[in-house]
Amino acid sequence: MSPTARIERDSAWPEISFEERIGTAEFRIHEKAHITVNGDSCRGCTTRECVVACPANLFVPTSDGGILFNYENCFECGTCYLVCNKEGAISWTYPEGGYGIVFHRT
Amino acid sequence: MTNPPVRHDADIIVVGAGPAGSCAAIAAARAGRSVILIERGPFPGSKNMYGGVVYPRILDELVPSWWETMPVQRWVVKRSTMLLSDTGALNVDFRANAWGAPPYNGATAYRPDFDNWLANHAVEAGARLVCSTTVTGLLRDSTGRIQGVSTDRPDGDLHAPIVIACDGVNSFLAKESGLYPHTDASNFTLGVKETLALPKHVIDERFGVRDNQGVDIEILGGTSGVNGGGFIYTNLDTVALGVVLKLPKLAAQQKRPEQIIAELKRHPAVAPLIEGAEVKEYSAHVIPEAGLEMMPTMVADGMLVAGDAAALCLAAGIWLEGVNFAMASGMYAGQAAAEAIAKNDVSSRGLSGYTDRLEKTFVLRDHKKLRKVPHLVLSDRVQHKYPAFVAGVVERVFRVDNPHPKPGVRRIVREERKKAGIGLLDLLRDGWTGMRGFG
Ligand SMILES: Cc1cc2nc3c(=O)[nH]c(=O)nc-3n(C[C@H](O)[C@H](O)[C@H](O)COP(=O)(O)OP(=O)(O)OC[C@H]3O[C@@H](n4cnc5c(N)ncnc54)[C@H](O)[C@@H]3O)c2cc1C
Ligand code: SF4
Ligand code: SF4
Repeated sequence: MSPTARIERDSAWPEISFEERIGTAEFRIHEKAHITVNGDSCRGCTTRECVVACPANLFVPTSDGGILFNYENCFECGTCYLVCNKEGAISWTYPEGGYGIVFHRT
Repeated sequence: MTNPPVRHDADIIVVGAGPAGSCAAIAAARAGRSVILIERGPFPGSKNMYGGVVYPRILDELVPSWWETMPVQRWVVKRSTMLLSDTGALNVDFRANAWGAPPYNGATAYRPDFDNWLANHAVEAGARLVCSTTVTGLLRDSTGRIQGVSTDRPDGDLHAPIVIACDGVNSFLAKESGLYPHTDASNFTLGVKETLALPKHVIDERFGVRDNQGVDIEILGGTSGVNGGGFIYTNLDTVALGVVLKLPKLAAQQKRPEQIIAELKRHPAVAPLIEGAEVKEYSAHVIPEAGLEMMPTMVADGMLVAGDAAALCLAAGIWLEGVNFAMASGMYAGQAAAEAIAKNDVSSRGLSGYTDRLEKTFVLRDHKKLRKVPHLVLSDRVQHKYPAFVAGVVERVFRVDNPHPKPGVRRIVREERKKAGIGLLDLLRDGWTGMRGFG
């Protein structure tokens, strides 16, 4: 395929923003966080496995070397606690019954 | 020491209304036991996502003529394996139109539909289904014997002499009971997928099917250098496209899951299939990938573990089957639990009918036969070197390079093997492992 053909084809589905992407999933948000991240543990973490691996992109590095985490749009998949190598950095539970991710065409 | 007698709410508590839990509940209720089936989602299936094909043959036993009522998207009549190099693709297709008629083979289905349908059969069999309720732990008496579960409902403790943990890949019950000590990330893959909308006739044309015929494509390569694989499945008016990614490898590089999907969608062999499709739903879930190597102890006094909670999902390259393994193990757990109640022995010995059944059937026999395959398929060589090697060989076999005469295949193989950086001994060894592993 020539480079131009490739570019034309790429524009056949403009890549959607992450906000639009996550907006396609339904989250019934509970006021209480089911996952919390201990910022002190993260400050010394150089590997940052959670940042690239979380499919919901919920771990955001801050300029002061910490991690900003928001539990709201979480798939409850378990990736973050499995890849994080620091004991105690993530405390992970399921949300209260009836809340959290609700899949429809999966 | 004697315990004051506990008032039991049921004979058996099943945690999780996925395929394992619902089949456990159907089997136990049919055997005349009282069963409570607890699900944390607002309805069964609401927390569950997978690639897209169920193989329900095992349901013949629990739900005869299941195909008449099951919420099916399409019946799979074509299975393809796609080997992707950066620019090329080798496709191996198998088509069997007979799979599109009773008694059928596999079907694409949405899990929120399928799981809900299966849980309804548990309710019809007499089980009590409790949704929107998260089990938070095991209840034990002073001797440590399991007596039921605690939940997040007010006064939510539920008592029963047997708990069947069907709570999926993260199974906190198996971990809490001490049956499942490991959480080694290298045993797991992350699956992310897009449900992509396309008009039905467009899907029919692009995939070469009609009516309610469907296609299952497994992909090797195309995951941006992260060990894993991809899949494409046709639903009625959507296509499910996704990747599974080995967790430590994903975490150790820079590309995020949705970027890896985006690259797969741009691959010249994939793009024409899904061009113009709109993302309807983005989803993610973890898979227990290591098979036999990671399986926990599945029986304890008063407790059984089934389905993904016991790592019974079979993820071996051309096969990604978990739902059928979950349904079978759930059914056997339900039957064994009912037997144990009947003979009044809920100790691990009384419950051993469960593992007997697993050993005798495909559940553990397939896993034993294919024990080496998950690691082979996810190994660095198979992942990073073989797709380019195979595609390179096939490209040169088919390329017409006149006026040059055709080179011998043996020479092409040797040259492409060297180009891909694969040692002859490694190739032979992997071939041998593969042949024995799949045999
Ligand atoms: C990306 C991907 C692709 C896949 N593709 C396929 C495929 O094409 N074909 C196939 O056959 N298999 C496939 N699988 C595997 C398959 O999805 C699983 O093996 C199967 O769902 C396991 O069933 P289960 O009942 O054991 O667990 P699950 O389906 O995970 O069900 C567990 C249930 O327990 C509930 N639960 C969990 N914890 C609690 C709690 N504490 N309290 C109350 N309820 C709880 C959950 O909400 C859930 O409903 C795929 C998996 C993934 C992730
Ligand atoms: S959550 Fe774990 S992996 Fe992520 S920054 Fe903190 S310590 Fe590191
Ligand atoms: S459970 Fe999954 S989606 Fe939720 S924060 Fe962890 S990695 Fe992200």
